[in-house]
Amino acid sequence: MSIEYLGLSSIHGPLIAIEGIQDAFFDEIVEFVVNRTERKLGRIVEIYEDRAVIQVFEGSENMSLQNTHTRLTGHPMEINLSTEMLGRTFNGIGKPMDGLGAIVSNVKKDVNGLPLNPVKREYPRNYIRTGISAIDGLTTLIRGQKLPIFSGNGLPHDRLAAQIVRQASLGDESGDEFAIVFGAMGVSHDVADFFRRTFEESGVADHVTMFLNLANDPVVERLITPKVALTTAEYLAFEENMHILVILTDMTSFAEAMREVSSSKGEIPSRKGFPGYLYSELATIYERAGIVEGINGSVTQLPILTMPGDDITHPIPDLTGYITEGQIVLDRPLNGQSIYPPINILPSLSRLMKDGIGEGYTREDHQDLANQLFSAYAKVGEARNLASVIGEDELSPIDKKYLAFGKAFEDRYIKQGQDENRSIFETLNLGWKLLGQLPKEELDRVDTKLLEKYYNVTENTDAE
Amino acid sequence: MDAVKMGTIYGINGPVIYLKGNTGFRMAEMVYVGTEKLVGEVIALDKDITTIQVYEETSGLRPGEEVIATGSAISVTLAPGILNNIFDGIERPLESIANSAGAFISRGINVDSLDCSKKWETTITVKEGDFLHGGDIIAEIPETPAIIHKVMVPPHLEGTVRKIAMDGAYTIKETLITLELVNGEEKELSMTQHWPIRVPRPTAQRMSASIPLITGQRILDTMFPIAKGGTAAVPGGFGTGKTMTQHQIAKWSDADIIIYIGCGERGNEMTQVLEEFGELVDPKSGHPLMVRTTLIANTSNMPVAAREASIYTGITLAEYYRDMGYHVAIMADSTSRWAEALRELSGRLEEMPAEEGFPAYLASRLSGFYERAGMMHNLNGTDGSVSIIGAVSPQGGDFSEPVTENTKRFVRCFWGLDKSLAYSRHFPAIHWLTSYSEYLTDLAPWYTDHVSPKFIDYRNRLMALLNQESSLMEIVKLIGSDVLPDDQKLILEITRVIRLGFLQQNAFHQDDTCVSMEKQFLMMDTILYLFKKCRALVTMGHPMSVMKNEAIFEKIIAIKYDVPNDRPDMFARYKMDIDSFYQQVLEKNA
Repeated sequence: MSIEYLGLSSIHGPLIAIEGIQDAFFDEIVEFVVNRTERKLGRIVEIYEDRAVIQVFEGSENMSLQNTHTRLTGHPMEINLSTEMLGRTFNGIGKPMDGLGAIVSNVKKDVNGLPLNPVKREYPRNYIRTGISAIDGLTTLIRGQKLPIFSGNGLPHDRLAAQIVRQASLGDESGDEFAIVFGAMGVSHDVADFFRRTFEESGVADHVTMFLNLANDPVVERLITPKVALTTAEYLAFEENMHILVILTDMTSFAEAMREVSSSKGEIPSRKGFPGYLYSELATIYERAGIVEGINGSVTQLPILTMPGDDITHPIPDLTGYITEGQIVLDRPLNGQSIYPPINILPSLSRLMKDGIGEGYTREDHQDLANQLFSAYAKVGEARNLASVIGEDELSPIDKKYLAFGKAFEDRYIKQGQDENRSIFETLNLGWKLLGQLPKEELDRVDTKLLEKYYNVTENTDAE
Repeated sequence: MDAVKMGTIYGINGPVIYLKGNTGFRMAEMVYVGTEKLVGEVIALDKDITTIQVYEETSGLRPGEEVIATGSAISVTLAPGILNNIFDGIERPLESIANSAGAFISRGINVDSLDCSKKWETTITVKEGDFLHGGDIIAEIPETPAIIHKVMVPPHLEGTVRKIAMDGAYTIKETLITLELVNGEEKELSMTQHWPIRVPRPTAQRMSASIPLITGQRILDTMFPIAKGGTAAVPGGFGTGKTMTQHQIAKWSDADIIIYIGCGERGNEMTQVLEEFGELVDPKSGHPLMVRTTLIANTSNMPVAAREASIYTGITLAEYYRDMGYHVAIMADSTSRWAEALRELSGRLEEMPAEEGFPAYLASRLSGFYERAGMMHNLNGTDGSVSIIGAVSPQGGDFSEPVTENTKRFVRCFWGLDKSLAYSRHFPAIHWLTSYSEYLTDLAPWYTDHVSPKFIDYRNRLMALLNQESSLMEIVKLIGSDVLPDDQKLILEITRVIRLGFLQQNAFHQDDTCVSMEKQFLMMDTILYLFKKCRALVTMGHPMSVMKNEAIFEKIIAIKYDVPNDRPDMFARYKMDIDSFYQQVLEKNA
């Protein structure tokens, strides 16, 4: 195992080739010593007999064809895992960067993970209360779900994610352990700092593991960061029985790193220059959320991605939407009206919501109420379009009611304070209150019995 | 037997590996790769290089490791035990994998496709001296409470029965009968057959589609029906309800057997199907839905090559049950993931890409798949069918992308899911203006005979109204609905009733989730009766604004919830309600 190879045969960006290598295997991690001083890690991405193509994580700066010693490590990308990792900060490939020394543990795991067998999954059903009406009421987050935030540059996705972390983590009374794994790919120092401060201020900092690959860190490292983060999350969840919320930001940088590496490998591009395996690669990340039968822990994912040009049909949000269990979409016009959180509910969706709400979970009327709010808000859009053509005054009385409803819905239901933590009953009752502005006949998505019970009932007596 | 052929690994690039030299392997042959014996398939042969796609994760493979040929193409094992089971893309049972490897799927697991130790209660249906052809049924086994498994002579074999086993319990490997072939050779037959997944199983004759696959979904059965043995595509962007539509058909359709292929989709969804179908009771047989269902799960994070194979594995299992004389429906969710697997592998092979990076053979692969559907006259004289319902996940929700476009050329039913309907939570979000079914004329005689002679006429009238609505909406968008004349306002009102009361269907409502053909017809009948009466009032000069004040419209919309499937007698009362509404309006405005 200790054979060292001197010299390389080619260097192209982050990819290097080496010849005469023996007994190397696909996906193996290699260690470089450059100029006898600098250490770097790399991964074998292609291998032809004795010629290996290696991706260098820390970037190939300083490397020359002569000055590099290469050593095979004999294992794929692995990290040491332990509960000691909580409260610590690591770089994008899992090396400590807080000066507190390496993690010592005899648990080592391949960061690539393995697919979770569908027969051993447990279908997620427990909802996580975030205290945010637009999420709790309309796109409910379920423990074990992967629910990305589709955002754009300049929109407050970080503040929203931070608010979810603050309110969801503290709202848990069951006594189960809760922790956060934070993976940053190509984000700026300010963003990383913002999250660090948030974690500290809300008193959860000792329950957070951070993996930071910042915007000026090597691009190739970014490809490993989410995998390292999720391997840690899986360990904490499935071996230490904790409920883990994984925040990954920004998935767009991850996908762009993949494109960069793919093009330097000379691969055939498919859509917008992204490699053909973009879907499979994204899936191996997003699918690592869930609950394993018989184990108390769970992995819930909240990835953040900025849609290039606010375009939801761009390959990155598009493929993400096909893998994840819904999406929360932020909207620039709403943000322009100072509505926080600027969640556009129409394209937003939580696929697991239907099984985690209703009687026994939240309240019997939750599903019908949500459907009705969606449907009414869709009509608001139609009325607004019409008003922009013929003027508000010319609208029929019912269309005018919809306009008023739309305004109230945005101002009171969607908009809320950054520290406002609404209970689920507050959210549901508020929904009914707003629907009270519309005539009863318009409410066609609600079961007749529920409509009788909740429509314009002045005070709901449900206790919290 | 040839000597075992072997080769050594030369290069590795993701799921594709290369072997040096002329290995003598055959195209599409199954191979075992490396010391862990990963399953692979030969996909290209050159004089000095053999290319193999590997169905498992290749990390850890080294150049120099051995590759062993198995001598046969990638094939599936066909025998009792397929139903009420969940497999991966190459027919390995996930339960057994979980038992041997735990919650996560590791590599190189060698498990039998089907349980070889279980004994099945067998009744032999042939006697010594019978002359049998390929496809003939030799034994019957109650595989699940709902389905009798029929053991057949493999196609291409024929001969005289020389020995038979007694009725009793046998494993799938034990000999049931001995056949003396025409060339004098003796051949022992057990329950087990193997069949290569890429080759369609032979049948005697293809028949024309004449019976609908009843799904209990109004927009499908009434508006855009699919025939048994037909093909349909369900395209839609994410969140528009493809999977939901597939689940509803899998649950409620009147097919005998459902093969559900989760191809590159979510793990949680497969778990959901598994849980839900284990609990839900099939109204026809009274048993859980799982006893007529097989799941093939190749979730999006499982190896990409097996995703490509999963579609073929599924259709081969379906054809096998068709050969027994069953009506089988395949849900393929989603064929886009399969097409993307083709693209991914093609990219790794550095083939010349055609549209959007997809390989040029995309169209021929799609047509090859959909053509395996059909209503067939089997070799053994029974009739059976394979219907394919393929979900398509178009990139960016844009139906003009290559997979949707090419699929459209080969399917005869197109159920286009619409984003704006989904946004306003109108489900099923199948848009009535973009969807079509070419089976409508083929199936018209069936509807006339089995439901009502008026059925097709009513259906066409609803469609005509919906089309009128869409052109009226163009005007309304510009000037509002207030200025329309009353007859046009009536069309808007009645189509609202059609959209909300008929097209919209609530999958979570006990009575509405699956609707009988009789109720579907009576609902149309009631809506059209209401339309007729209202039109009479409008012609007499009664304004729509007066009629709208009556509760009748909301009442008709609520029929879907208020009338259970087994109470068609209740419809008479609704007609009386419409009549009294008619009288009331007349009297009030006299």
